[in-house]
Amino acid sequence: MAEHAAVVGIGQTKYDAKRLDVSQPGLVREAAIRALEDAGLEWKDIDAVVIGKAPDMFEGVMMPELFLAEALGGVGKPMLRVHTAGSVGGSTAIVAASLVQAGIHERVLTVSYEKQSESNAMWALSIKMPFAVAMVAGAGGFFAPLIRGYMQRSGAPEDTGIRVALKDRQNALKNQYAHLQMPDISFDMIANSPMLWDPIRYLETCPSSDGACAMVIADAKHTKASGRPAAWIHATNMKTEPTLFAGRDQVMPQAGLDCSAELYKKAGIQNPRAEIDCAEIYVPFSWFEPMWMENLHFAPINEGWKMTYEGATAIDGDMPVNMSGGVLSSNAIGASGMIRFAEAAMQVRGQAGEHQIEGAKKALGHAYGGGSQYFSMWIVGDQPL
Amino acid sequence: MRDVAIVSYSQTPYVRSERVRNEVEMLMPVIDAVVEQSGIARREIGFTCSGSTDYLAGQSFSFVMAVDAVGAWPPIKESHVEMDGAWALYEAWVKIQCGEVDSALAFSFGRSSMGETAETLALQTDPYTVAPLCPDTISMAALQARVGLDKGLFSERDMAEVAARCRRAAKDNPEAQLKGDFDVDKLLAEPYLVSPLRKHDCPPISDGAAAIVIAAGDLAKQVSKKPVWIRGIDHRLDSHQLGSRDLSLSPSTELAGKKAGVAQGPIDFAELHAPFSHQELILRRALGLADDVLVNPSGGPLAANPIMSAGLARIGEASRRIAAGKGQRAVAHATSGPCLQQNLVCVLEG
Repeated sequence: MAEHAAVVGIGQTKYDAKRLDVSQPGLVREAAIRALEDAGLEWKDIDAVVIGKAPDMFEGVMMPELFLAEALGGVGKPMLRVHTAGSVGGSTAIVAASLVQAGIHERVLTVSYEKQSESNAMWALSIKMPFAVAMVAGAGGFFAPLIRGYMQRSGAPEDTGIRVALKDRQNALKNQYAHLQMPDISFDMIANSPMLWDPIRYLETCPSSDGACAMVIADAKHTKASGRPAAWIHATNMKTEPTLFAGRDQVMPQAGLDCSAELYKKAGIQNPRAEIDCAEIYVPFSWFEPMWMENLHFAPINEGWKMTYEGATAIDGDMPVNMSGGVLSSNAIGASGMIRFAEAAMQVRGQAGEHQIEGAKKALGHAYGGGSQYFSMWIVGDQPL
Repeated sequence: MRDVAIVSYSQTPYVRSERVRNEVEMLMPVIDAVVEQSGIARREIGFTCSGSTDYLAGQSFSFVMAVDAVGAWPPIKESHVEMDGAWALYEAWVKIQCGEVDSALAFSFGRSSMGETAETLALQTDPYTVAPLCPDTISMAALQARVGLDKGLFSERDMAEVAARCRRAAKDNPEAQLKGDFDVDKLLAEPYLVSPLRKHDCPPISDGAAAIVIAAGDLAKQVSKKPVWIRGIDHRLDSHQLGSRDLSLSPSTELAGKKAGVAQGPIDFAELHAPFSHQELILRRALGLADDVLVNPSGGPLAANPIMSAGLARIGEASRRIAAGKGQRAVAHATSGPCLQQNLVCVLEG
């Protein structure tokens, strides 16, 4: 029943604090046109458009897909708008893939974006609701206690987060699209940067970015006919757990553990660390790399930090993570999940340029959102499964 | 394509203002009911998808709490669209078509009473050139009605007759909000609200939630005595630029109707998501419905317009009517955006 589907085109914008040179339609169109060019396709070749972004209040437009439809060639076509919190970029790609896997469409364009400069995300996340405590903490304030929890449980050295940030910021120098380019980055620079939400320092935090990412997903017939390198989608998965539940472990969420275990099973992977060549995962604050290494079953519980510490997650390590510089270097929120999925696809297509992992055949894309209760993931390979 | 059927549907009674319960509390009895009626154990439902908008709740990530109404433990496969619940149903249907799951729950919710909804919806327009003018929903719909009247496609009396008929039909629907017998001549004697629309041409402001369970072929037959089959489902959209399209037509509905196979058999009745009276007349034409086709026997959006659920409610109401034996083949429709910009058409059969 399920058809094979593959990523045949990828487009990204340059990520930046303020893309004042383009409107929202201009931004999404820039990524979409690059994806179409990469796929060797035109607007008329696209059957449907699936768009994703984080909360509408980040730009102040209600259901913006309606006004973006024309810029994305969506008029007269089916158009879906996905929103699953921070995991949305990944979920959007999965919905687009499922339209092809179900045999409903042959070629689908999927786009995710955020244009944070047109509003204020901190404001949008901090609206006081009746009978609720006003957080005014943003995401960093929410996640800092979870990181503290992880540090206590694992006994990880306190500089683990600094090491993650250093690696990702160095990787970003190899990625032309990355927002933060800091050629003089050093361990001390990060260690001495201001503490924002203890234990998260300024340079261990993601930036606020404008940007968009797009992919064209095609069925096997069109993928083979294109004669271009493809990232075959081996497996996708999404999992959600409730927000208010006493049994929840917010540090090591069950939804993430289940999501990745099921994903590997679907993809026929028994030993993820040995069989997956590289991973792009959602790390908005440095410490989430070791936490997700455990949640993704790459390391035993409480030992994820060792991978960072031993250099396993470095671009020349045995399990490279966030070769693109990751969310720490570019965070167009709604797009961040899709960028992870697209960067995984770029690796197996061999098109990642300076941050390419030589001979990558199988890659993981990962995103999470909400208060660590939304997860979306995929495995892509250079050959069909 | 796999055969997929609606096996249960539930909704809140629609009210002008849900003052006591929040969204999660509003959803819980609806989801409990739809799951129980489906005959499928909650843990066995393969996929869940919801539809809602942050701009009704006035809060970012407002859908996140709604997951608490579902019972997502152990963790579930779940997704959300920032669209009417009809599109959540579409995503759920796609998931079943992938062969990944055999059943799915789709639901939607919203409290329009929380703010000035007609003005909030102006934020759906182009934020650079249109939204600063704050064109509220009623004013945009009035422009659309004016085009239709000027072209002679319908009259103000036709519009009033739609409103009177819908609210009369709603008398038989215990969950409808605005119902009763209205005299068309008296309605036409009322002043304009926004010319050429009178108050009766506009929907009520409604709070509410709706939920539906669908299942694939064998499972549907096993759990339901009266599965209602989704024979076709498709959605399309038109340009957001009101000035660049003929507002008296709905090409996206026409195309979605063709793709969903509306014309491939006789239609016994239709549930159309037409919040304004003249929009029913535009949609009828776009779907090629014969003059004698019964439209909105539930009362439709003119009797209750729970934003984000009103489209899913059309599909749900149609499925209930078919399951009750009051029709064999029906078309259900959902819309989104100003002046019927985006449209979904679903063909249902008993």
